[in-house]
Amino acid sequence: MSSLTAPGPAKVKGQGVKRSDLLPYLGSKLVAALVSFFVTLVIGFVIFSLMPADPVRTLTRGRPTSEAQLAQIRVQLGLDDPVWERFLTFVGNTLKGELGYSWQFQQSVSSLVADRLGPTLLLMGTAAVLSIALGLWLGIRSGWRHGSLFDRIASSASLTLWSVPTFWLGMILLVTFSVGIGPIPSLFPAGGMADPSLPQEGWTHVVDVARHLVLPCLTMVLVVFAQYVTVMRTSIIDEMGSPYLLTARAKGLTDDAVRRRHAVPNALLPSVTMIFMHLGILVSGAITVEAVYSWPGLGYLTYEALKIPDLPLLQGTFIVFSASVIIMNLLADVVYRFLDPRVRAQ
Amino acid sequence: MTAATHAPAALEVPRHHAFGRFCRAYAKRPAGLAGLGLLVAFGVLALVAPLFIGDDQLNVIKVDGPQLSPPVDGYPLGTDQAGRSVLLLVIWGARESLSIGIIATALTVVLGSAVGLLAGHYQGRIGQSLMHVTDWFIALPSLPLAISLSAVLGQGAASITIAIAVTSWTATARLVRAQTLAVEARPFIERAKVLGAGNTQIMIRHVLPNVMPLILVSSTLTVASAILSEATLTFLGLGDPTSVTWGSMLQAAFAGGAVTAGAWWYLLPPGIAILIVVLGFTLVGRAVEHVLNPRMVGR
Repeated sequence: MSSLTAPGPAKVKGQGVKRSDLLPYLGSKLVAALVSFFVTLVIGFVIFSLMPADPVRTLTRGRPTSEAQLAQIRVQLGLDDPVWERFLTFVGNTLKGELGYSWQFQQSVSSLVADRLGPTLLLMGTAAVLSIALGLWLGIRSGWRHGSLFDRIASSASLTLWSVPTFWLGMILLVTFSVGIGPIPSLFPAGGMADPSLPQEGWTHVVDVARHLVLPCLTMVLVVFAQYVTVMRTSIIDEMGSPYLLTARAKGLTDDAVRRRHAVPNALLPSVTMIFMHLGILVSGAITVEAVYSWPGLGYLTYEALKIPDLPLLQGTFIVFSASVIIMNLLADVVYRFLDPRVRAQ
Repeated sequence: MTAATHAPAALEVPRHHAFGRFCRAYAKRPAGLAGLGLLVAFGVLALVAPLFIGDDQLNVIKVDGPQLSPPVDGYPLGTDQAGRSVLLLVIWGARESLSIGIIATALTVVLGSAVGLLAGHYQGRIGQSLMHVTDWFIALPSLPLAISLSAVLGQGAASITIAIAVTSWTATARLVRAQTLAVEARPFIERAKVLGAGNTQIMIRHVLPNVMPLILVSSTLTVASAILSEATLTFLGLGDPTSVTWGSMLQAAFAGGAVTAGAWWYLLPPGIAILIVVLGFTLVGRAVEHVLNPRMVGR
């Protein structure tokens, strides 16, 4: 046993060599992330600048505009410049943090995004922590006793909730617990993030925001936790056939200890990567939930932009959402390498 | 020359035998059968809908029911703001929702398979660059991309369908590429090459038939997510406002104040219909996966 676990001198040396590979590894992942971001910019540019038949028409939709005015707007928007020049201006502005000017809010997109970032992070962060905790716990228990009644209930519940449109679940919870049906009284506020009639600071504000957070957060958790259940359950089942668990059992450890100290830490690896990737997806998942609950975050901003449609604002939120996914994927790669020696050895 | 095109048959069990065995194995999976049953029921309902639902019951101007009423006589699931029967709307909505889901999936599968086949067959620079493009698309968040695309393309079923296809082809492409690599490593491909088969012939006549079953399995799961995406994009106001889909019903309910009015009878049916159809496709897809890949047993 000891010869297997205690690292011999050769192994230590090997690890030392691997550790020095860390910088090139991080470098290559960073370059890949930057390339991805550049591609995002290209796609965003193509969608929003090249595809609309005439942005000027969209902009002045429904308003009588003279030819001279149209021409002036074209010059202002730089539409008569060559494509590559417009693209370079666009990339340069984005790198400077200038995401354009919202038609609808008459405000810079960057400042709008900055205003709405906090509420989205609060909603997503809470939802992520709760759904990860719930999902991993259910996944571990289901996988460990797969085929049991607990597993069947947990698996079918998560499969069912996964098949539900998030916004629909949101509306159902809204009708049930905010409007109230039959004997159920109105328990939570219907929308927004805070009651404007209450003071906007101190404990009352915190409690008020928490009350507003319950329903949108619950909606996201109910839909998202299913993914963690599935991933965690699968990796626990994968680990269960491993000989090291047999060794642990042979040492006389209880079933509980084998699960907690041996199986779970190993099975967590794939889930950790998944979690980071899902965090990126969660950002965009917030769009419909925020729309249903008028939660003043990035998702609701996107929803408001869609109604016009406010193309610069949509372009800005698209870039922000994409950037967050790219950053999360990068973090997933880095964390995975720190956690899993098998990846380091490659 | 002709022998080369039939080469795979010599190595494998005849296909109709394999199909019979597949059906018997599938029949042993109750969840898969239940999913199939749900889908068949909805499919039949959608197909026969025009026999008993006419324009008088769907046209906002022609209907004369009570407005936003809970279930009453003659309206077993209540009515919407215009006085239309929610039950009939849900049945009618199945037509559009299912067809958008299926057409979007067909587009997804064609696009994904083409990219996957090419990337698997041309393993040099072409294959690598195709896989790079796929990786970039995987990194993009699909809902914001779909929203942006359909916002720019304009409201309507067509732009939603395109947006779904553009954002979901990557999974199929990866799968098909992996399978293409596996198939191309087999001896009969070598033989076909030696006998002078061209690239197109190898891809279409030799690789594609062997990759097809896998494509079909993955497409059942794609339909499920396409139907969910359709509902989401329509709910956000990107669909055709005049057509009846489950997503547009929910959008109308939300925009028309059905939530604040507590009109649960208007909200529940379209959502449950989506749930049933998505669950049906997921169950079928998983059952087929289990049957084709015995390693999945127990999961």
